[in-house]
Amino acid sequence: MRKNKKSFGKITFALAVSFTAVSLCGCASSDKGVNGQVIVYNWGEYIDPETIRMFEEETGIKVIYDEFETNESMYPKVESGAVAYDIACPSDYMISRMIENGMLSEINYNNMPNAKENIGEQYYEQSCGFDPENKYAIPYCWGTVGILYNKTMVDEPITRWEQLWDKKYADNILMQDSVRDAFMVAEKRNGDSMNTLDLTELTAAKNLLIEQKPLVQAYVVDQVRDKMIGGEAAIGVIYSGEAIYTQKENPDLVYVIPEEGTNIWIDAWVILKNAPNKENAEKFIDFMCRADIALMNFDYITYSTPNVAARELIEDESIKNSEIAFPDLSQYENLETYVYLGEDGDSLYNELWKEVKAH
Amino acid sequence: MTSKKNWLSVPYLFWSGLFIIVPLGMVVYYGLTDRTGAFTLENITAIASAGHAKALRLSLLLSLISTVICFLLAYPLAMILAQVQVRRHNFIILIFILPMWMNFLLRTLAWQTLLEKNGVINHVLTFLHLPTLKIINTPAAIILGMVYNFLPFMILPLYNALAKIDPNVINAAHDLGAGHIHTFFRIILPLSIPGIISGITMVFIPALTTFVISSLLGGGKILLIGDVIDLEFTKTSNWHLGSGLSMVLMIFILVNMVLSAIFDKDGEGSML
Repeated sequence: MRKNKKSFGKITFALAVSFTAVSLCGCASSDKGVNGQVIVYNWGEYIDPETIRMFEEETGIKVIYDEFETNESMYPKVESGAVAYDIACPSDYMISRMIENGMLSEINYNNMPNAKENIGEQYYEQSCGFDPENKYAIPYCWGTVGILYNKTMVDEPITRWEQLWDKKYADNILMQDSVRDAFMVAEKRNGDSMNTLDLTELTAAKNLLIEQKPLVQAYVVDQVRDKMIGGEAAIGVIYSGEAIYTQKENPDLVYVIPEEGTNIWIDAWVILKNAPNKENAEKFIDFMCRADIALMNFDYITYSTPNVAARELIEDESIKNSEIAFPDLSQYENLETYVYLGEDGDSLYNELWKEVKAH
Repeated sequence: MTSKKNWLSVPYLFWSGLFIIVPLGMVVYYGLTDRTGAFTLENITAIASAGHAKALRLSLLLSLISTVICFLLAYPLAMILAQVQVRRHNFIILIFILPMWMNFLLRTLAWQTLLEKNGVINHVLTFLHLPTLKIINTPAAIILGMVYNFLPFMILPLYNALAKIDPNVINAAHDLGAGHIHTFFRIILPLSIPGIISGITMVFIPALTTFVISSLLGGGKILLIGDVIDLEFTKTSNWHLGSGLSMVLMIFILVNMVLSAIFDKDGEGSML
């Protein structure tokens, strides 16, 4: 669910393609570490590269690291088996799709003491939504989707999705350029579920989005960060992990979880069914769950960590108790996690989204 | 052809086989099958659905406008280039080619920064108390991006065609009493048609298929056919539909290439 830090959506994609090509050639010829290798497939810029180097040094296992930009672009690559990845880090709904299609291998917690100890119980419970018995996924990052607004550019505090349809903010609104996130906003505004497959509700959401389109300055993915920091727009839909960073850069920005409810998501490590280096994969994931390593990653990517031990180590009290990074979820109603809608459901959403975009 | 020549062409044949024929075959395979692998034409006929057809129409319109603008800008310049001394025209051509040494994406991204609401251009305009420019995230910004990026591809073939015209032909026209305008329309323009066709091809095709320019300068609000295909591959992972739509786009490109093959027998465009 994470978005790239760099503001070059397409560029990162283009580079990713070329890098993948290079790294795939690399797989065959590159030297394995003394203890073999592990092939990791993660979101772009979603890890502190230093932690990978440390892992290689401590274990003698060579890490071959590959990045993807969206869950949807990750899935077919893993499915085709063109590259035999060991580990991936998809989001909740994509994990349930992978479980459904038998693409994941069960986790042996005995080999992963850190994962067992350090990840908060509540996050495992939350994961049950897509991984009912916690058999496959170990939470890596989590967060919410909310509204980031520039308090110098709005007349009143923004607290509701509804305000994204306010005509006075015309040309000052940034929406997420992804089908599920865009529909989530409209569905939540209507009081519907973000996983609805009801055609009436979906049509209503689609019409709302079409109604909103003239007010929207742009549909963006990563650029929402830079645009909000630069004061280019007053209101933007953003991931909580990005919000912390943007506030550091521009103190006028405020992040809110809208009253109508929103998406709460988890990205989690999974080991793939046909992983050639299963043992090394377990070691890698467990290493990432070590408190100091998880802290390094949190500092680097600023996405909320489910690693309770790591959170304890955060020195800056304001971040440790940040309402953005670690909101008290009990006080928010209507938080929902995306579930996999099935192929037909996905196509339905995509069709409607294209109608919005082409309108 | 001697056997030695045959042997020399092996690497090229291998290269084009591996990186042109095979991928093309895969596109055709994906385009003509559905998720279960069964044969279908649905991915092709999907172009007729409202959203896709609209995106295609818009792409055709914007790339047509861009091509016309490029032509109108490039032709006078190419004429000037063809007339000035060799040393000076090299310098002018360099100026036009120089930006092409920089990455295409960076240049487009630069336009985004320039055109933004709080962008450089608007800062200057505000400083001068002039009304600000509001073209970012509109079709106008996309046309600007297309013209900017593809203009050199129009200038060079036109220049090549015009430089080849024998000055004696023009002198003869003048001697026989034709005025400048008459000479232009009866002599220069017809003789430069191969260059015009190459230029049009080289601007129109990339403009028609672009998705980078529209997504960077259109703010995701304007969906061109290239964006639809991009969406199918990267976001919705429906490679079948994406390939099917690409094949439809290839038809337009093929038509364009056949036209240019008919008119551009001397291969002006190959100078690039």
